[in-house]
Amino acid sequence: MTAFRAMLRRELRLALRGGGDVLTLVLFFVIVGAIVPFAVGPDRALLARIAPGIVWISAFLAMLLGLDRLFRPDHEDGSLILLRHAHLPLSATIAAKLIAHWLVAALPLIVASPFLAMLLAMDEPTFWRMLVSLLVGTPALAAFGAVGAAVTVAIRRGGLIAPILIAPLSIPVLIFGTGSITAPQSAAAMLFLAALSLMAVALAPFAAALAISSAED
Amino acid sequence: MSIDTTSKQSWWSRIAHPGQFVIWTKPLLWPLTILTALLFVGGLYFAFFNSPADYQMGDTVRIMYVHVPNAWLSQFVYGVMAVSALGTLVWRHPMADVSMKAAAPLGALFTALALFTGSLWGRPTWGTFWEWDGRMTSTLVLLFIYLGIVALWRAFDDQLRAARVIAVFTLIGAVNIPIIKFSVDWWSTLHQPASVFRADGPKMPGSILTPLFVMFFAFTFLFLTLQLKAMHTEVKRRRVMTLQRRAAQGESA
Repeated sequence: MTAFRAMLRRELRLALRGGGDVLTLVLFFVIVGAIVPFAVGPDRALLARIAPGIVWISAFLAMLLGLDRLFRPDHEDGSLILLRHAHLPLSATIAAKLIAHWLVAALPLIVASPFLAMLLAMDEPTFWRMLVSLLVGTPALAAFGAVGAAVTVAIRRGGLIAPILIAPLSIPVLIFGTGSITAPQSAAAMLFLAALSLMAVALAPFAAALAISSAED
Repeated sequence: MSIDTTSKQSWWSRIAHPGQFVIWTKPLLWPLTILTALLFVGGLYFAFFNSPADYQMGDTVRIMYVHVPNAWLSQFVYGVMAVSALGTLVWRHPMADVSMKAAAPLGALFTALALFTGSLWGRPTWGTFWEWDGRMTSTLVLLFIYLGIVALWRAFDDQLRAARVIAVFTLIGAVNIPIIKFSVDWWSTLHQPASVFRADGPKMPGSILTPLFVMFFAFTFLFLTLQLKAMHTEVKRRRVMTLQRRAAQGESA
C-alpha cells in the first residue's frame, strides 16, 4: 500500500510540476466547447439543446489529448521496464497511474465545466445533471484511454493511433453520458453509466498491464 | 539407429510450424475454392431465377441473399479473431498470430459489404441510404473496430510482438462489442426484429430460405478459402522479411 501511495504521489507530482499540462487540457476542453457556437450559430435555444453533447464531446477529446502522457514518458526513459519488475504488481502501478490520470486530466475539466455550461446557455437542473454524469462517466473514459495508451505504447507514433482504437470502445460512455442528462429514462442511463465506469476501472489495470508486458518482451 | 519422434506429435503441434502448416493445408485450397464457386453458382441461380419476388419489396428482396451472409460474417470473423487471440495469448500458437492477422482485413471487408448492401437495400425499402438505428449503428462501430485493428497491425514493425498486444486488444473488443450493441440498441430502436433465427422457427417461406442458406454457406466458405490463402501469404511474407533481414546482415558483415 505504501508503494501504491508513493506511485500515486509520484504521478501527481510529475503532472503538476511538468509544465502546465493540466492547464493546457482545461484550455483545450473550454475552447472546443466554445468553438461549436461559431459553427452552428449563436442560437441560444439550439445551443441549450445540444449543450450536453458538446460538453461530453469536449471532455472526450480533451481526455484523448492527455493520453500520451500516461505511459510514453516512462516507456521512453526506461522506467516502465523497472516498474514492470518492481515489487508492486504492474496492474497496481497502472491503477495508481489511472487514479492520478483521472485527478489531473478529468477532474480539472469537471471544475471548468460550469464555464462551458454558461457559454452554452445550459439551464440549472441540466447543469447539475451534467456535473454528476461527468463525475460518474469520466473514470470509464480514463480507463478505456489507459488501455488504448498501453496497447500503443510500443509504437513510435502511437499517439495518433490510440484515439481511433479508443473512440469506438467509448461510444457506450458517450451514449449513457449524454443519455443521463437529457434522455427520458435518465435515471436508468445514469445507472448504466455507473456500471460501465465501475467495470472499466476494475478491468482496465489488468488489461493494460497485460498489453504492456506483452509489448515489452 | 535413429528414433523417430516426429510421428508422436499431434496435428495441433505439427501445424504450429509455419512451413508444415502451409504444406498440410495447401491441398485444401483448391477443393475449397471449387466448393465455394459451386455454392455461389447454385446460390446465385436460386437467388435470381428460382425464388419469388417479395409482394411488398419486389425484386429488391434479392439483395437480402448477399446482405444477410455478409452481416453474419461480419460477426463470425470477429469470433474467429477472438479465438485466435486466445490461441496467441494462452497457447502461444504461432499460426494463431497469422490467423488473427489474416482475418482482420477480411472482417473489415465483409462488414463494409454488409453496410454497403444494407444501404442499397434500405434506399428503395425504407427510403434512405442510412438510418441511425441500432443494428446499422453497431455494425458501423464494428467496422471502426476492425479498421482500428488493421491500422494497429500496420503500425507495429515487429509482427511477433504486435500479435500479443493486438490479441489483448481484440479480446477487450470482444468483451466490449456486446456492451456497444446493447447501448446502441438502447439509444435507438427502429430496425425490424430478427426474423431468421427465432425460437418458433423461421418466419420466411422455404422458397426464400433455400437460396438464403445456400448463399450463407457460399459466403462462409469464401471466407474460409480467403482466410487460408491469406494465412499462406502471411507465412510467405514473413519468410521473405526474414530472408531480407538475413541478406542485409550478410551485406553489412
